[in-house]
Amino acid sequence: MKSKWWLVALGVCLLVAVFSPLASSSPDGLEKVAENKGFLELAGNSPFQIIADYVFPGIQNEALATMVAGIIGTLLLFGIAYGVAWLIVTAGKKKTNPSISRVE
Amino acid sequence: MHIPDGFLNVGTAAATGVISAGGIANAVRVTGKQLKEKQVPIMGVLAAFIFAAQMLNFPIAGGTSGHFMGAALAAIILGPWAGLLIMSCVLIAQCLIFQDGGLVALGANIFNMGVVGCFASYYVYKLVLTIIPKASNNKLVGGFIGSWVAIVLASSACAVELAVSGASPIGVVFPAMAGVHALIGIVEGLITVAVLGAIKATRADLLEPAKINTEGVVK
Repeated sequence: MKSKWWLVALGVCLLVAVFSPLASSSPDGLEKVAENKGFLELAGNSPFQIIADYVFPGIQNEALATMVAGIIGTLLLFGIAYGVAWLIVTAGKKKTNPSISRVE
Repeated sequence: MHIPDGFLNVGTAAATGVISAGGIANAVRVTGKQLKEKQVPIMGVLAAFIFAAQMLNFPIAGGTSGHFMGAALAAIILGPWAGLLIMSCVLIAQCLIFQDGGLVALGANIFNMGVVGCFASYYVYKLVLTIIPKASNNKLVGGFIGSWVAIVLASSACAVELAVSGASPIGVVFPAMAGVHALIGIVEGLITVAVLGAIKATRADLLEPAKINTEGVVK
């Protein structure tokens, strides 16, 4: 239980992602300012699209497509940051502890 | 406040990109010395939470929405350098996979929401703890003020970049950006306080482990 607190925490994150279709669709702060101050048309499109605008491609129901995008992103970010942190911790130990650096 | 491509000129994008790249390199160096193995899952959970919470735009005044940024939460829990790494993971994934924030503007977005957001909130938080060291809720007060300052300063940095790039005059874009984000910052502060409060109630020890502090020394 104590060692797996992060599983519970990840569950909470996924729950937040499930509610993502409820998000306000109004433009955000920067977008609204760009619209009001007349520079929104400067914005260009990305040269490629993967899960553009948090809508998973190929799913007709937009709420479901957003939910799927949110869940994928949440799991992905957990994995990426966990992996990056693990690599950094491991590399940091090798430098400071010569007994570990010999074990490949 | 993810800047899309087209808003910034090449010079501004390059300058902020160089600063962000240098910041990330130093963050890797500093966290490598200090991050504990048991803090690795915290990094993962914070990145996952910040990503998920950023999707939940909430309506604020005048047909505008705002969303959680999370730099303050990350910096308060793990220190500003680890916070910068977490924000960089989130922003790079949002840019490459979800097409939120431009490719050319990625460095500027990491600078605003990662570098400015994490360091501003961290130092404001520390300042509040110094001013009211004995108050039992000082971490929550510091978390709220730190979050608000982080959002307002990050949006101000964004406004300066837009003005330098010629998108809009500084006298126009600065008050507009800082004004709307002063409102969004209140919600940011409330979310940070709610999460810090929940951690304090369930796993207070997570708020206490040796932080990745700025001096490069484990305290």
